[in-house]
Amino acid sequence: MNELLSIGNLLYGGAAGLIVIGLFAVVARRHLIRVLLGVAVIEAGVNLMLVAAGFRPGAAAPIFDPQAISGPMVDPIPQALVLTAIVIGVAVLALGLTLAIRIHRQYGTLDTVALTRIVNAPAGSPESRAMMQRGGGGHES
Amino acid sequence: MRQFASLLFLFGFAFFLSVLVGGLPFGAAPMQVGQAIVEQNIEATGAANAVTGVLLAFRGMDTLGELTILFVAATAAGMVVERRKHGVSRDSVAGFILLAGAELMFPFLLILGAYVILHGHLTPGGGFQGGAILAAAFFVPFLANPGRAFQGHAMAFVEAFAGATFILLGIFSIFREGDFMAPMFLGTGEFGQLVSAGSLPLLYLALGLKVGAELGSLVAEIAAAPGSDDPLIEEPQAAKDL
Repeated sequence: MNELLSIGNLLYGGAAGLIVIGLFAVVARRHLIRVLLGVAVIEAGVNLMLVAAGFRPGAAAPIFDPQAISGPMVDPIPQALVLTAIVIGVAVLALGLTLAIRIHRQYGTLDTVALTRIVNAPAGSPESRAMMQRGGGGHES
Repeated sequence: MRQFASLLFLFGFAFFLSVLVGGLPFGAAPMQVGQAIVEQNIEATGAANAVTGVLLAFRGMDTLGELTILFVAATAAGMVVERRKHGVSRDSVAGFILLAGAELMFPFLLILGAYVILHGHLTPGGGFQGGAILAAAFFVPFLANPGRAFQGHAMAFVEAFAGATFILLGIFSIFREGDFMAPMFLGTGEFGQLVSAGSLPLLYLALGLKVGAELGSLVAEIAAAPGSDDPLIEEPQAAKDL
């Protein structure tokens, strides 16, 4: 029991759980903003897994201090990777949100199933004509 | 049916992940590269913060590529979203407490951001974190009062200037060291001092300003997007003819 609840299992299990939860939002949800939030949760899980991979028991943060007793240090490379990954994640999320804003303005909905139907509708069909008429105005239907 | 298929996929993926994770070593000594960097960081870079050493000295090229991704994302966001007419905002002004608080926090956030950026080679922190704080300093007042003009041109100038500085520092090091993005042409200096670790503080300053301006303009871009109730801005005639 004790081995099962070790900190390593908790961290790795939590990271894997976050990835699965985010993936559930991506594949099973129909609302575009929820899909984007799922991508953000996946990113959090991947970052947690990377940082956990650099863990060493009893080790200090990878910052040298002349006064401190020199001991082992955790691996600095995953931390540097995660630092850049977080910023990239923010940029990707912002780009996705601007695309969602544009899509909602153009088609009036963020439902991926409805969007697929509208985009695949042949020209001249009621759906495509409705899309042309509505432009950007109106509310989500 | 669709739900069932995605659930099946998720269970399969969760099983796959749990098998992978179960085989991962945890708490092992760092890999050889990480161990070598921890051992050689002080002689090679003079930076107390090994993460900064990895980010700017050992992998400076990757950080430049990462800045490029940030720049492309911000540019694409600006191209996708139309702009509402200047100063016309449907979002109401926040109450007195938020407005006054935002104004009050502005100088402190600026100082904290500058401190975090400039001490990135000595203490936890650096250009990315400090840049995010700088961006917050600019868009907290903007969120409190959405109608006010956002300094978009100044942001674009700071961003371009910082990005060019980062690349110019890299090019300058070609003449001194013979390699692009070689960071040590100023010497490692005295360990633990503010002016030490070669060009790392300069690189981090450029990086922080660029990240701050980029994040700030991304938020401004989203805030300036018209809502679905706003009338469509007429596209130019040429675009209609296509």
